[in-house]
Amino acid sequence: MKVKITVNGMLYNKHIPNDMMLLEFLRKYGYVSVKRGCDTSNCGLCTVWVEGKPVLSCSYPAARADGLNVTTLEGVKEEAASFGRYMTAQGAEQCGYCSPGFIMAVLAMRRELTDPTEEEISNYLAGNLCRCSGYAGQTRALRAWLNDKPWEKEGQA
Amino acid sequence: MNLRYVNQAVPKLDGAALTGGKGVYTEDMVPRDCLVVQVLRSPHAHARIKSIRKDAASRVPGIACILTWEDVPQIRYTLAGQSYPEPSPYDRYILERTVRYVGDPVAIVAGRDKDCVAKAMRMIQVKYDILEPVLDFETALDNPIVVHSEDDYFHHFDIGGDQKRNLVSSGCDADGDVDAALASCDVVVEGTYYTKANAQAMMETFRTYTYLDHNRRLNVVTSTQVPFHCRRTIARALGLPKNMVRVVKPRIGGGFGAKQTLVSELFPAIVTLRTGKPAKIVYTRKESFQASNSRHQMRVHVKVGAMKDGTIKAVDMHALSNAGAYGEHASTTIGLAGHKTIPLYARQAAFRFSWDVVYTNTMAAGAYRGYGATQGCFAMESAMNELAEQLHMDPAQLRLMNLPHVGENMAAYYNEPLTSCKLPQCIERGMELIGWKEKYPCVKVDDHRVRGVGMAVTMQGSGISAIDTASVTIKLNDDGYYTLMIGATDMGTGCDTILAQMAAEILNCPMERITVDGVDTDHSPFDTGSYASSTTYVTGMAVVKACTELNEKIANQGARRLNIHPERAEFDGDKVYDRTNPETSITLDKLAQDLVVGEGTQWLTATASHCSPTSPPPFMAGFAEVEVDLETGETKVVDYVGVVDCGTVINKNLARVQAEGGIAQGIGMALLEDINYDPKGQMVNSTFMTYKIPCRTDLPEIRVEFQESYEPNGPFGAKSIGEVVINTPSPAIAQAVYNATGVRVRSLPITAEKILMG
Amino acid sequence: MYTIKSYVFPETLAEADELLHRDIRAAAVLGGCCWLKLGCRRISRAIDLTRLSLDQIEVKDGCLELGACVTLHQLETHPAVTSRFDGILGESVSHIVGVPFRNCATVGGSVFSRFGFSDLTCALLALDATVVLYRGGEIPLDRFMASPIAFDDILLKVRIRDDGRQAAYQSVRRSTTDFPTLAAAVSCLNGQWTVSVGARPARAVRAEGAAACLNEGKGAAAAGQAAAEELTYGTDLRAGADYRKKLAAVLVRRAAEQCMEENKG
Repeated sequence: MKVKITVNGMLYNKHIPNDMMLLEFLRKYGYVSVKRGCDTSNCGLCTVWVEGKPVLSCSYPAARADGLNVTTLEGVKEEAASFGRYMTAQGAEQCGYCSPGFIMAVLAMRRELTDPTEEEISNYLAGNLCRCSGYAGQTRALRAWLNDKPWEKEGQA
Repeated sequence: MNLRYVNQAVPKLDGAALTGGKGVYTEDMVPRDCLVVQVLRSPHAHARIKSIRKDAASRVPGIACILTWEDVPQIRYTLAGQSYPEPSPYDRYILERTVRYVGDPVAIVAGRDKDCVAKAMRMIQVKYDILEPVLDFETALDNPIVVHSEDDYFHHFDIGGDQKRNLVSSGCDADGDVDAALASCDVVVEGTYYTKANAQAMMETFRTYTYLDHNRRLNVVTSTQVPFHCRRTIARALGLPKNMVRVVKPRIGGGFGAKQTLVSELFPAIVTLRTGKPAKIVYTRKESFQASNSRHQMRVHVKVGAMKDGTIKAVDMHALSNAGAYGEHASTTIGLAGHKTIPLYARQAAFRFSWDVVYTNTMAAGAYRGYGATQGCFAMESAMNELAEQLHMDPAQLRLMNLPHVGENMAAYYNEPLTSCKLPQCIERGMELIGWKEKYPCVKVDDHRVRGVGMAVTMQGSGISAIDTASVTIKLNDDGYYTLMIGATDMGTGCDTILAQMAAEILNCPMERITVDGVDTDHSPFDTGSYASSTTYVTGMAVVKACTELNEKIANQGARRLNIHPERAEFDGDKVYDRTNPETSITLDKLAQDLVVGEGTQWLTATASHCSPTSPPPFMAGFAEVEVDLETGETKVVDYVGVVDCGTVINKNLARVQAEGGIAQGIGMALLEDINYDPKGQMVNSTFMTYKIPCRTDLPEIRVEFQESYEPNGPFGAKSIGEVVINTPSPAIAQAVYNATGVRVRSLPITAEKILMG
Repeated sequence: MYTIKSYVFPETLAEADELLHRDIRAAAVLGGCCWLKLGCRRISRAIDLTRLSLDQIEVKDGCLELGACVTLHQLETHPAVTSRFDGILGESVSHIVGVPFRNCATVGGSVFSRFGFSDLTCALLALDATVVLYRGGEIPLDRFMASPIAFDDILLKVRIRDDGRQAAYQSVRRSTTDFPTLAAAVSCLNGQWTVSVGARPARAVRAEGAAACLNEGKGAAAAGQAAAEELTYGTDLRAGADYRKKLAAVLVRRAAEQCMEENKG
């Protein structure tokens, strides 16, 4: 079918297979930050935003995104890099394979929750798995980032 | 020593690329027009293929080739990534007429896209003679069902196996008269402990792409921990000369040992050879669970005897290990079950460690972080905790009075000397951090919740003694910068960074001046690869040697340019100067330029290799505090403290995250991760929906500290960190649960159901 | 592996219904699609309801109405939901994988599929909810749950009487984001109790005997015992039947106690 999907502000007017998932669509057009980690909607690696909301792109039919705005890590590069520096300051990225999906969930959380408690943070991010880090380094990075609020200084939304 | 980079928290060199979502992993680099390869797998645990009809499938538009057992070389090999000659038996073909587990490959299908391949896969007709499988590893030995009856089964050397008995390997290691010692003990405890075939579950599944280059050489780009072993094995299995294979390792999305065995490499490789076209394979998560490798499932029986005062006099261990359908890493993992556990208590004790490893019709096991030591640790440390209870002693005290001393030879550890150890300090610090005195054995929270604490200690090794080899080349470039070339494989652990830290320290230069090359068997110096906790310790030493040599070469070349005697020349990282007249100097930048222009050119590189005769053990003490709901059995780890002696910590952040991550995997093994097979041999936990690895809400905020000893044989005093950190959670949590509930769980994982139902 | 031949966005419910009934067996009404790729369906016509404004949460005609396309995450965040029934609807779904998953999974998908592991249906049963079907009209959820799945109708919304009842939800899981090993929900309105038990591992059902115990003032523990005895429990890879039975007694009791506490407050 024909779809019009806007990815990071760029319109894609494409013919796609009807059973294509958004993950495959995004990787096909070069958004390689989007990773697949499972077949059962359990790992969070493929997290992107549709209309600003974090979703699992592996389970989101590309057809359903017709007419909608999709954001990948490539579309929030600066903010992601800013948070990424907090991650690397802890060594928490390790293999990095889960980082893009995790960062997309973190940036969405920051928009959705005001002054979240530690418990609210873990609950929000619980679906983003990481096998390397044991999450403690991610938590330290998050704490420092939420405390510093660099997005205010950087004038980001 | 005043250190600038070593022992600091240097960020990972690739951190910005990884968190920036750059296309640096295998699948991100696949060339366009690559054939898609998929494997048709056996639905039966044990069968012989009667016939395969593939003609209709081959006619599906887009299909490039379909290979079956008749189309592959009849050459036996092992997939284990081990130094040649491998101790693992050569018991595989790429495709074989006999299939030995659900998931064993039956046909390789390659085509233009995944849709045509999927269609062709559905159209291949396979008829099987279904054979009865042997699924229970406790009944495999001498079972009338034989898993490997082929005539061309091969070993390089005797590992105590007997193919006809389903025995991959067996053996015994002993010192002193154990039976007599046990008879003389005041207290003897005995227990049988079970651990599961845990999945490594790295986030990036197995994947590989292959192509032929302008020299018609097979190029293999793959997510591997062992590029050089990969090259050798691919060449053997495909019947190619080794010089016709090149292996390249991009960034890896985790390995944990899974990628110390070849898994996905041969399928696209043979497709590329047959078609001349680039080919790729990307494993699904389910394939990664069902058709790769896992931890060896084990049953470990331990008997320990002690005198009333707590002196341990006898340790007797027998371990039975499930190799699954193929024997990769079978004879070596089992060794660690005893060799990395008994030495902690054999100081004044007789010991005996015997083992059997058996074939079954389940997925082959392989390497997983801890490599047998983890299974042995659950058994041995649980037994020690039970012994402490029998002796009415504090379990920490029991350890403290029996641990080996620095300077002594450890009979149970290949007679290697103990050259560094701060385990007693680890235990004492861990007790303080967890609040042992206040909390041991348990504290009631309310009418149905109790908190218990438990502990365990462990050791691992640093590389494989006298086998693991690393080579390193460091080049001074024409601009005064360095390229560090290594064959060790960063799989997210950060070894590129820590090796660069060592280089920067010795070359006395900022980190920015060191570039670390990726691994490419055409360019990189030989390294056995990143496994067995070898990289920091073994490859690190090669870095120290190479950089020290380059320092000297730079000083000598500087002396030549300055026309002074080399003994007067001093290189401070930025310039070479005359020690007796510091005004006379030449900058590194100028020297490097001069060295590649005109007469007297001398492009400077230094290469060094290292192999350590010993494998100095890192140590760790782990302390768990759990809260158990006595009415439901639900258990939550509310605190975990790990205090580690890995020698000098090279990178404070990365060592800490290694420890936190290893403990998290250990907690998963202790409480959640539960591989099971149905009666027909089909794995039932082959997704993240059914095989639950810990998510952040399952874990406490793990607390890690270091007690740094100085290992005289290691680079800057370092030992290893990668594996030792996964071992303590299972026994520590089991004891904490016991202390909270009075229920001893000797079979992992420790589920709420086992606690409640006894 | 699944395949989809044609993918359609009907613009009216009538059109959706017509598309479905053109060939019921070949058509599939899509929900949140989280499990779509787990199946092996060959779908000739995928019917996507996301353009029919079914993602609304409304308080209307004395009922809280949840449209079929309302996501599970909306249940956790929408004030009309979180402020009612002691927040058990949001609470019941809060353990399911993670927020990106719950932004995909929908009320309609969860309820229509009648999965045994569904937290949401267990909670809704205790709230005496009804489902509204395009053809079948409004029917009580317990009746809907008890009927076999027929793919011949479209679930439009779930309705819950906005009667201010107190409620509580309890579950046990092997890991915090796993499906429940067992789940229990209770509600109480003017001394009349409703009890449901889910993930037995079969579909959630009402525990009428347990409710009767509570109605008669026999106490939470007796209700728990009743629920354990009156329902059947099974074994799957998450737990055995005997363990589930024990859990049922504990969780029903705890949910009832929690509800009584709330009543006092």
